Amino acid sequence: MKTALPQAGLGARAFDFAVFAGLVLAVWQLAHVVGGEVAMTSPLGTLVFTARSIASGELWPHFEATLGAFAIAYVLAASMGVLAGAVLGYHRLSGEVAEPVLVAVYSIPKVTLYPIILLFFGIGIGAEVAFGALHGVIPITLFTMNGVRNIKPVYIKAARTMRIRPYDLLRTVLLPATLPEVFTGLRVGFSLTLIGTLLSEMFGSRRGIGFMLMQAIGLHHMDIIMSLTFLLVMFALMANAAMLVIDHRLHRRA
Amino acid sequence: MKLATKLRVAVLMGAVGLVETLCQTGAIARFTMIPPSEMASSLWRLLYAGKLQTDMTRTLLAVCAALTAAIVVGFVAGAVVHAIPRVRRTIDPLLSAYYSVPVFVFYPMFIVLFGLNDIPKIIIGFLYAVAAMTINTLNGLDRVAPVLLKTARVFRMGRAATGFRVVLPAAAPYLFTGVKLAVAYSFIGVVGSEFILSSGGLGYQIGFAYHNFDNRTMYALILFILGLVMIVNMSLHAWEKMLMARRGYQ
Amino acid sequence: MSDAHVALKGVTRVYQRAGQEPLEALGPIDLDLSAGEFFAVVGPSGCGKSTLLDVIAGLSQASAGTVSIEGKPVRGVVPESVGVVFQDDASFPWLTVEDNIAFGLNRQGMDAAETNRRVAQALALMGLNDFARAYPAQLSGGMRQRVCIARTLVLQPRLILLDEPFGALDQQTRLLMGDELLNLWRKTGATILLITHALDEAAMLSDRVGVMSARPGRFLEIVETGWPRGRDSTIVASPDFGRVTGRLWSLLRAESLKAMQYQTGAARP
Ligand SMILES: Nc1ncnc2c1ncn2[C@@H]1O[C@H](COP(=O)(O)OP(=O)(O)OP(=O)(O)O)[C@@H](O)[C@H]1O
Ligand SMILES: [Mg+2]
Repeated sequence: MKTALPQAGLGARAFDFAVFAGLVLAVWQLAHVVGGEVAMTSPLGTLVFTARSIASGELWPHFEATLGAFAIAYVLAASMGVLAGAVLGYHRLSGEVAEPVLVAVYSIPKVTLYPIILLFFGIGIGAEVAFGALHGVIPITLFTMNGVRNIKPVYIKAARTMRIRPYDLLRTVLLPATLPEVFTGLRVGFSLTLIGTLLSEMFGSRRGIGFMLMQAIGLHHMDIIMSLTFLLVMFALMANAAMLVIDHRLHRRA
Repeated sequence: MKLATKLRVAVLMGAVGLVETLCQTGAIARFTMIPPSEMASSLWRLLYAGKLQTDMTRTLLAVCAALTAAIVVGFVAGAVVHAIPRVRRTIDPLLSAYYSVPVFVFYPMFIVLFGLNDIPKIIIGFLYAVAAMTINTLNGLDRVAPVLLKTARVFRMGRAATGFRVVLPAAAPYLFTGVKLAVAYSFIGVVGSEFILSSGGLGYQIGFAYHNFDNRTMYALILFILGLVMIVNMSLHAWEKMLMARRGYQ
Repeated sequence: MSDAHVALKGVTRVYQRAGQEPLEALGPIDLDLSAGEFFAVVGPSGCGKSTLLDVIAGLSQASAGTVSIEGKPVRGVVPESVGVVFQDDASFPWLTVEDNIAFGLNRQGMDAAETNRRVAQALALMGLNDFARAYPAQLSGGMRQRVCIARTLVLQPRLILLDEPFGALDQQTRLLMGDELLNLWRKTGATILLITHALDEAAMLSDRVGVMSARPGRFLEIVETGWPRGRDSTIVASPDFGRVTGRLWSLLRAESLKAMQYQTGAARP
């Protein structure tokens, strides 16, 4: 049973959230006090360090490397996923054949496949892109497939009775009807592509944020680790929040 | 067997056959990939010689630790959060954003904090799995029909009896989904961490074989892990179907 | 304190809604049910019938007024002598039909022999013999509702509250189930309160029919049917039956219109 959530005003929500954020910061600070500077950088320390390293510009090449690989991987995953999903959704039998395989691949540790990709592509941006795309393409395919499958036949019938041309049918009926699901797939795929890209950098790469993180372990540079982790988490959360807003809007309309 | 199942088996077997041919004819070079038949025979030899036991035990123990913690913590957290609407309201958006965070980026931090032992990878496995359990616990509790709770009151059942005899069985299918996801996620977390950097375990051995250009061992290990996880996931899936069939669902 | 089996005095129910003004769902209601009476309630949809049932059973606290059963005030706890069949399907999907029916008996700690006897009896009565080991998911909605009725009856309650129990059944089965209910009522001597949206069902089964107004539901009139205790569904052919249903409809027509306008009006932003 869903407990009826009291319709709290914005103020009360903001207050609750502030309390929660305060708690997280307090625990973080406590860990810093107990563990000492080497074990854990304080929240403030992390913020200052992050600001300083951004300002110094030495992070940029690594950011660019990660963002570049990620962007290519995401575009690839999105276009392939939407295309494959549309085909598999339209052609029911293919969809039925492929779905369990896709779900199985979705829930295995894909990281073990990375050496194979490295052997095929060699260390470098090619392997990073391929691995990132491999992570992102599956959810995008699955969501698109479901979106296309669930178009109500009555929409198409209704459009036919209105003598709509195929192109207009696609534009006015099929796309709007599938868009919400496709977008959810794109949102989930975004996160997974990011994970894939970072993982590949962490295992075998000479550049990028993943690489920096791993390098810092050997040198026990907790401040670097904390600030990069912080930046990545913030980036992921903010991107997701922005996409979630669109996602909700699309789903409400649908 | 359904047509789709037959086709799926045929397509998969065809794909393996194609890769086999490409490898055998040299279209794919040996230092890139070895033929699937050799992967299998190499794996068989490793298993026969008992060379995988230590690492397998290590990985499985870590997965079990992460999984147990995730199921217990996830369930308790879900139940508590469900009971307190105000906490729920604050936690809900965080839960829906949880899986957008690349959890692996915390791994270096945990290594520096706890050292290069099994603790960091257990934590990563736990972090991956716990949210799935929490989310599905909440979902399950949400979906207990109010009329079932009313029925419990008509039978004058107390809190404990209502919890164990009505709420739990009603939410059970969702809890099972949570467990199933938690299993998959704790494997991903643990094996992934081992692969990135660790002192042992199946994932570590794959990386080790890769760095030593030992393709036979590497492919055998990859085959082993993927097979193992797939079998575990599929068994859970089959078990779930059996449980649902026991309740009369097709 | 009256000697009625169930007594309601000035009962109202107001739902507090977060962020909106409170919703007056029911009342004020004054009602006495005498022991062994068959009382039916009809009313437009959303008028508060289920709310009335919840308040009588003690599942929901009256906002004002008092409810007493067998002379004892009802406050937040369902009295032992009360059995309830809800409008929504309340069968437990994880138990077989027979385990569902035995659920209440097991909770009371009744011995196995007596439990089996009562369950077998209830299965036969509800026409569920062939489905004793089936699960609710394998049954139709109407059959699941019969499981819930059986689960209530085996406890032999003195007051039975039924909320549209035959809603999912076709008209013929409804009439037959009505006959079974009448048999049961005569045999057990229980007091029955039946909520229904079918006027003929209310007219055929009950001693009195309470006709409710649109929300907040009050009794517009309580119609006496005047049937003998030994009645059955053949009564629908009698001219008196037409008189009773005619009276019910003339009372309800205006109220139902009101309720409908309410809903369409409320649907508009
Ligand atoms: N828990 C609740 N909180 C707020 N409003 C409620 C609640 N339960 C019922 N209501 C409202 O109270 C009114 C009466 O509801 P009730 O379910 O008692 O009507 P009903 O006569 O049984 O309707 P139906 O014929 O559809 O079964 C309705 O407007 C309903 O929306
Ligand atoms: Mg009702």
